[in-house]
Amino acid sequence: MSQVNEQTIGHVHRDDEATRIGMWLFLFTELLLFGGLFIAYAVYRYLHPHEFMMAGKELNSFLGALNTVILLTSSLTMALSIAAIQRNKKNLSIFLQVLTLILALGFLINKSFEWSIKFSHGIYPGSETLLAKGSGEILFYGLYYTMTGLHAIHVVIGMIIIGVMTLFTIKGTINSGNNVRLESAGLYWHLVDLIWIFLFPLFYLIL
Amino acid sequence: MSSDSSHNVSYLDYKGRWKGKITSWIFSTDHKKIGVLYLFSMLILFSIGVLFGFLMRLELIAPGKTIMEPQMYNSIFTLHGIIMIFMFIIPGLPAIFGNFFLPLLIGAKDVAFPRLNLLSWWLFMFGSLLAILSVFLPGGPVDTGWTFYVPYSVRSTTNVFPALIAAFILGFSSILTGLNFITTIHRMRVQGMTWFRMPLFVWSLYATSWIQILATPIIGITLLLVVMERAFNIGIFDPSLGGDPVLFQHLFWIYSHPAVYVMIIPAMGIISEIIPVFARRTIFGYKFIAFSSIAIALMGSLVWAHHMFTVGMSPTAMIIFSVLTFLVAIPSAIKVFNWVATLYKGSIQLDPPMLYALGFIFLFSIGGFTGLIQGALSVNIHIHDTSFIVAHFHYVMFGGTGFGIFAALHYWFPKMFAKSYNMKTAKFSFWTLFFGFNVLYFPMFVMGWLGMPRRYYDYLPEYHIYHFISTIGSWIVVIALVAMFANFIVALRKKEKFTEENPWGGETLEWKTSTPPPLENFDIEPVVDSHPYEYKMNEPDQDLLKEEGTK
Ligand SMILES: [Cu+2]
Repeated sequence: MSQVNEQTIGHVHRDDEATRIGMWLFLFTELLLFGGLFIAYAVYRYLHPHEFMMAGKELNSFLGALNTVILLTSSLTMALSIAAIQRNKKNLSIFLQVLTLILALGFLINKSFEWSIKFSHGIYPGSETLLAKGSGEILFYGLYYTMTGLHAIHVVIGMIIIGVMTLFTIKGTINSGNNVRLESAGLYWHLVDLIWIFLFPLFYLIL
Repeated sequence: MSSDSSHNVSYLDYKGRWKGKITSWIFSTDHKKIGVLYLFSMLILFSIGVLFGFLMRLELIAPGKTIMEPQMYNSIFTLHGIIMIFMFIIPGLPAIFGNFFLPLLIGAKDVAFPRLNLLSWWLFMFGSLLAILSVFLPGGPVDTGWTFYVPYSVRSTTNVFPALIAAFILGFSSILTGLNFITTIHRMRVQGMTWFRMPLFVWSLYATSWIQILATPIIGITLLLVVMERAFNIGIFDPSLGGDPVLFQHLFWIYSHPAVYVMIIPAMGIISEIIPVFARRTIFGYKFIAFSSIAIALMGSLVWAHHMFTVGMSPTAMIIFSVLTFLVAIPSAIKVFNWVATLYKGSIQLDPPMLYALGFIFLFSIGGFTGLIQGALSVNIHIHDTSFIVAHFHYVMFGGTGFGIFAALHYWFPKMFAKSYNMKTAKFSFWTLFFGFNVLYFPMFVMGWLGMPRRYYDYLPEYHIYHFISTIGSWIVVIALVAMFANFIVALRKKEKFTEENPWGGETLEWKTSTPPPLENFDIEPVVDSHPYEYKMNEPDQDLLKEEGTK
């Protein structure tokens, strides 16, 4: 019977193209998940244009811009790490992946700064200060916390995935001949970046 | 053991690296075993759903209180809906028969991502158990209706929270299944299996998977927003904070109307498989049936607001949604006409799968036509939220998809388990179910038309007779279901193996491998060189007929 096992285990089906299709489909569902939130944003912005503008001015656009730069840079390091492994430069790839993780962490720290400043001013969902304001501002901050919060969760998931990929690269299971998993992780990370590119102007810039 | 015979090991006997009987099932990445896992878990959930429906009908047998308090009644119809919709009808056909037969039908060894497939089942079980658990947690079972309409779902003190999380997890599971199937169909078709040689069930799974991928994320985020609303008062759906409950309804139905097609399209695919086999004829209008699945998937995503004609939308929007609703009936009708045309002059064999397929066509047509009645704006105002609607969607969902699932079960059961069931019992349970079904649901059309609201605990005496008949019908349905399941259980416990490869005389690939299928589906990889329903051999010889005519 052992022979049967060996035979079936020996038959490992690997299809990089299928992995890519699957990953793109998954990214599509992620975009649609945020799509529902963008619809809600559009509806309420249309209903309360003035109050959305007032609330948006109170966000710190410097911190927002800084985070945009951090995340864009991390996308670059991620893309370079894939290019590195494809050219068989293992150590460079590991270095770039770790750099991506550090930048992602920086993004989260910056974000938590921003949130805690708002919290200290008493502006968070359900707070007395916020409930005293108009419904447009309540909705703006409701959307702000939900959307940036959900995005932050995606950053954390992305970090976990990249962390695992780094371990695989160190172990050598991801290498110049077999790196579609790292490529998929990279795609996921670019999506996280892309969503932020939309969130940033919607909350900080369109005033 | 020689390497030749190692291929022949049946998937039922193969344990892999798992020694235990249970572990070799629940950790198996074999698509066939996962399909069987889904089958048993869903039939258990279905039975719980039937029990809740049965209790609901029993309460309504007479006006006033019969067996339960109003609060309990609210919870029971909610749970009936959540279980039947999220755990049986939506995932049923793709998860059970899609998993088991999609790779077989396209000549593949497995799906594209076997481990992801197993993860989907675990997510499904986790979500289902969470929903069941919420019944017993303090706070009481959820009472919002399966639609979770705000603002009540934000205010209700029952266990809405676990129910929402459960629905979210089930949605995630269904997205992963859809993604897996699309990739499988694109990448794993065997040599010669071109797109237009794919069996129609595969086409229907392809269309369904796209809807799952495109629509499910929307309900995911909508349910998450209700969770956020309950936990943090973000205000998006809460009118007291400026939010708009109608926005919830839009987002909810943007998913939930296409979900209707996730339920029905694979059932249509099953029917398209069964009809040609039991009529011994090539399917009529193959491409029309294939493309009408895609057409339904596309058009079906643009009609969601027909569930909201009474919330106060702009008249222009209402007219547009009404017209689109009428249009989406066309591709469904195309299928029905093609099936009927296939039957025409066929040599029809009324075995149990065929009976269920014909039952499907009949009941689905009634459900479809009454859907058109509801799509008309003025009539909709009259019958909105009445038991007419309840009757309509039970004809479509139970009479359509439910019968489709039973048809598939009777059709593929011998192949899946290498056991044969009793034909007479199967036919008896079909006719009892068909009869009981109509007794149960038809009176709901009548009383709904006369103004009986849906979801009501109590009613005026003039509706008594209809409720009474309907409850009697529910008993007949339960008897039929018990007979059907008992038949399968007896078959499974039989000692003797059923090893005939092709008991119904089908032409698709699953009938060209042994019964039960070997671990990797085919001993010799098949090569496809023709269409899936070539029954020319069995059609009367034209020349011979002419000769007879001249005599
Ligand atoms: Cu609908």
